This record gives sequence, C-alpha cells and structure tokens, in this order.
Amino acid sequence: MAVETMTDTTQPLTVKRAKRESQFALMWRRFKQHKLALVSLWIVIAFYLVAMFAEFLAPTDPSAYSARYTYAPPQGIHFISTNEDGSWAFGPYVNGYKSEVDPKAMRRVFVIDPEEIIPLQLFAPSKPYNLMGFIPMTVKLFGVSDPKAPLYIMGADRLGRDLLSRLIHGTRISLSIGLAGVTLSLFFGIVIGGFAGYYGGRFDSAVMRVIEFIRSMPTIPLWLGLAAAMPKDWSPLQSYFAITVILSLIGWTELARVVRGRFLSLRTEDFVTAAQLDGASDWRIVTRHMVPSFTSHIIAAATLAVPGMILAETALSFLGLGLQAPIVSWGTLLQDAQNIRTLASAPWLLTPGICVVVVILALNFFGDGLRDAADPHGR
Amino acid sequence: MLRFITGRLIAMVLTIFAVSFVAFAIIQLPPGDYLTTYMATLSANGDRVDPAAIEALRQQYGFGEPYLVQYWKWMSGIVLRGDFGQSFEWKAPVTTLIWGRLGNSILLEGMAVVVMWLVALPIGIYAAVRKYSLGDYLATIGGFLGLAIPNFFFALILMYLSYVYFGETIGGLFSPGMENARWSPARVWDFLQHAWAPILVLATAGTAELIRILRANLLDELKKPYVTTARAKGLSEFRTIMKYPVRVALNPLVSTIGWLLPALVSSSVIVSVVLNLPTAGPLLLRSLTSQDMYLAGAIIMLLGVLTVIGTLVSDLILAWIDPRIRFGNK
Repeated sequence: MAVETMTDTTQPLTVKRAKRESQFALMWRRFKQHKLALVSLWIVIAFYLVAMFAEFLAPTDPSAYSARYTYAPPQGIHFISTNEDGSWAFGPYVNGYKSEVDPKAMRRVFVIDPEEIIPLQLFAPSKPYNLMGFIPMTVKLFGVSDPKAPLYIMGADRLGRDLLSRLIHGTRISLSIGLAGVTLSLFFGIVIGGFAGYYGGRFDSAVMRVIEFIRSMPTIPLWLGLAAAMPKDWSPLQSYFAITVILSLIGWTELARVVRGRFLSLRTEDFVTAAQLDGASDWRIVTRHMVPSFTSHIIAAATLAVPGMILAETALSFLGLGLQAPIVSWGTLLQDAQNIRTLASAPWLLTPGICVVVVILALNFFGDGLRDAADPHGR
Repeated sequence: MLRFITGRLIAMVLTIFAVSFVAFAIIQLPPGDYLTTYMATLSANGDRVDPAAIEALRQQYGFGEPYLVQYWKWMSGIVLRGDFGQSFEWKAPVTTLIWGRLGNSILLEGMAVVVMWLVALPIGIYAAVRKYSLGDYLATIGGFLGLAIPNFFFALILMYLSYVYFGETIGGLFSPGMENARWSPARVWDFLQHAWAPILVLATAGTAELIRILRANLLDELKKPYVTTARAKGLSEFRTIMKYPVRVALNPLVSTIGWLLPALVSSSVIVSVVLNLPTAGPLLLRSLTSQDMYLAGAIIMLLGVLTVIGTLVSDLILAWIDPRIRFGNK
C-alpha cells in the first residue's frame, strides 16, 4: 500500500526526456542511407570473418600437396545428382578426375569425370588443429568423407595444393597486413600530424616538406629497395612485420596530413579556446576535446588507407620481394600466375586477383560511405 | 613569373638532393658492402682477385670510410663525371645499362599521360554535363573498377585474354628483329603494335582518377551564375561549356600530375615486369634480387629525379595557365 502511494506521488514528476542520440547513432543513421556502402560493409565483414576462421573454413591444409593432382581444374560444387535409373538425389557433391592425354600438348591432363561422385559432408572430421591458434578443433566446415578423395573446388596449383584452402588462408595474411600497416601508419600519422597541427610554426612546415617529398617519390621502387634489404634468413613472422613497417613508412604521410588539417582547423574553434582559458593542459585539450571531435574522420581516412596497403603488399609479394614462400598471401598466390603458359593451362590461378578487386572495391565504398556519414556538414 | 620559376627550381634541386640521399641509403642497406659481394662473386666464378684492382675500387668508393664520405664520393662521381658506379652483375658501368631502358620508360609513361588526358577529358566533360545519365553511371562504374584493379593483375588478364582468344603473347616493346633497328616508320608501327597493352594498363587507373576529378570540378562550375549568363546571352551550348567552365575546371586537373606521376612511375615498374618490357622496371627488380646495389640505387635515383622533373613541368604549366598561382596569393 505504501509502495503504491509512493509511485502515485512520483508519477507526475517524471518529465518526458527528449530522445538523445550518440554521435555514433547519428553516423550510423546517415551511413545506412548509403546503400552501396552498407552492402560493402557486409562484404568486408564477410572477408574478415573468413580471415578469422580460416582453419575452420578451409577444407584442406593449405600446404598439403599431391603430385597426382597438379593443375587439377576446379571441380565446382554440384547439388543434384542423377542415378543411372533416372532417379535423382539432392545433396552437395563434387566430381572426381580422370586423366587424359592431351593430343596437342602431348601431356597428361586432368579432366572432370562426371561419372564419379564424391559426396561432401558438413562438419567433416579432420586432423586436430587449433582454431585461431588456441581453440582445439577436429572438424572443418565441410570436407569429403574419404580422406584420399580429391577435393579441389577451385582447382589445384603447380604442386597439387588446393587453391580454395590457400585462398582462405591468404585472406588472413593479406587482410591482416592491411590492418596492421594502417594501425602503424595511424600511430605515426596521429603523433607526427598531431604535433605539426597543434604547434604549427617551423616544426609544422618541416613536417609538411618531408611529407611532400615522400609523396613525390614513386612508391614501388622505394618499397622494393627497402624490401630487398630484408635478410633472406628472417622467419616468416619477422618478414611479415618488416613488410608492415616498410609499408607504413610511406603510408603515414596521408594520415598525418588528414590529422594535421583537422588540428589546424580545430585549433581556432571556440571550445578549444574555452578549454585553454579554463587552464586545461595541452595534453588534456588534445585528448579530451580535440581528438573525440574528429575520431570519425580519422576512422574514415584509415579505412580508405587499408586498400592501398593491401594493394602494396600484393604487388610486393607478386614481384617476389614481399612475403616469402611459406607464407600464403594473395600476392604470393598470384606469383604462380606470372607465366603466360601456366596461365593459359590453369586460368583459375587468377582467382586471388578477383578477391583483391572485390575487397578493394568494398573497402573503398565502405570508406566513402563512412566519410560522408562522419561529415556533419554533409547533406 | 621569373621569381616563381627560380623558386621552383631551387625547390627541385633540394628535392633531387634528398632523392639522392634516399637512393644512397638504399645502396647501403644490405649487409656487407659492394666490394665484399664483388669479391665473393669473383672468387665464386673462379676468377683471380687482383689486390691492386680491389684497392683501387676501395679508394674510388671510399669503402670503410664514414657514410657521408662515401655519399660524397658517389655523388661527386655522378655530378662531375656522370659515373653512377659499376654493376657487378653485368660487369659494366651502370650508365651503359640504364639510359636506353630509361628512355623506354619515359616514352611509355609519357604516352600513358597523353592517352589518359585524351580519354579522360571528353568522358569527364560528358559525365558532368549529362549528370546521372547512363553514360555517367557507366563512367563512374568504370572509374571505380579502374581504381580497384591492381595494374599488374590487369596486365595478367590482358595477357591471358590475348593468348586464349588471339593466340598471341603480348609482351616486349619490339619484335625480335626490330629491337636494335633505327627509328623508322616500320619500327614505329612495330612499337605501337606492342605498346598498346602497357599503355592501356598504365593509363587506366589515372584515367579513372582524372575523370572523377574533372567531373566533380565541372559540376561545381556548371552551377555558377556566369554559365547562366553565357546561356542567356545566346551562346551555343557547346561553346558555353567549352569556353568557360571547362577551362576553369581544367586548372586543378593540371596540378594532379604532381601525384599522378609518382603513381605512374610506380606502376610502370611492376607492369614492365609482368609484360617483360625493356624498361627500367625489370632491371631494377633484377638488380635488387641480386643485390647489385649501385645499379639499383642509380635506377631508384633516376626514377625519383624523373618524377621530380615531371612535377616541375606540371607546376610550370599550371602557373602558365593560372595567373593566380603565378603571382602568388598576396
């Protein structure tokens, strides 16, 4: 009874609050109107999920080779199989291979044998492995029940390795090097660009000259020169980090310019002057007042910098001076496709390139959408 | 104008100085110096190592001396004697190896720039004037694709398509018989038959970018009152657009050469490797993999210098067409 009276008395006091939206919610609402960017966001997320769960998604070990199936053509996945008596069954399967002698090239080639049916199995058992390095697993998303049966949905390479599995593992390296490179560039960019923009003056103009100089140099020759100096006996992890550092040595300039520009325009804003008059320290002004007001811009600029990193890694590895053989990235995969004769007999080796194009497009659209959404003066 | 040019020239000399410093740093990067590698190759080939010759080389390049002394010796050799050092892989002075190939690089990149402009101008103007038309959308989609396809991948696809559908391998710049011939109409024709593919690949990304910028600039200009005035005065539509807004929209486009050129030089290196062109790119890659550092350093430096000179030319053109830049913002 007492409780009821209390609620009764407090009821009239509750004022209907105006609905407040965070900056993020506002951005998201604007972003959603950009349909292409939204679709691209999902594509990017899908690719990064593939990169995260590479071991689980790849049907076979990316380095497992088989001399029997060199340059085996893509099997594709079929769903409806017809039996000899005319009845049909539904279920995913792949076709086996038979070898034929190509009368023109006078060599053994593999062709798809439509007679042979190898059923696919969801959550197929596999050798034990660690997902993301620490979750022990014994199943893959899909596979064949008979471990000896060939499974080359996207074809095989020179050593009879499964291209799909290699592509999935390459996704992890190529996408993560893009992120790592941008993170490092962002760090340099924010520190250097931030100092230049906040303090201005001579330091600012010196930094700007250096940035102009770096940007006026052709990047590939520079990257090649730096990558070639990498000792050959470095471990894959070491060379991975070395490549990241090399890419960020040039990558930071663009981000530093964006950060500096933002700092310069914010320095004269009223709220910064107010904070200065309140006696706030430089550090507090920068971290509590200035940085939050342009975080969204920086995120957009960083997103737009990722494709450049991925392209650069692909180009370097393609030329043989980036990541080296045991590491699988889209660039090292494309290295196999350099020779026109190989390409003519195994065009499926170009699929990593298609992945590059799709990811670059998606990241560009996503970044564009993000930039438009982050701009308060936009439509 | 004179003041502007001298200012730019001084800036250029300073930039070239910085370029040379970077190039020399790259020469110095690999462990061990050039002489140790040279001696190792000599003994590996079973050649006798002549101590006097080695000592002469040590003197000439200043090995074992401080970095700046070595840099000075290298730099003064280039400036005073035109001597870029020795390529130990080819056993020849670097200069004899690079000039011909560098010429091919310049030729290809220059033609790519011309093609870029020739293609981008009409398409960009069309896309802006007929905004949101089918052609505009096609240009936008094509532009995005052009930016997203890595140029070496584009080159690979071209190679594959021409091999499969026409049975031809594209690659090289000349037919075998024409490589060392003198320039003649026949050789020019032969060159054009080979050069279309690399030029197409090189021009794609730049064209996409130019179209995008020109379209955006022109859209801004077309809204301005002076265009309406020109129309109201009864000028033909073609003349209205070409005589005023296009000319204004072109200015920012000229200044894009400054960053278009480094990208172009970069991509020409990698495209040349894919298409096996006799330009500086494959030579650079080879010298880097075999740690032939004087050759590599010279190529990196010359590519950098070329880019800087190209940027200067674009700056001068920009100043020539745009008086606001010529006289500075006073």
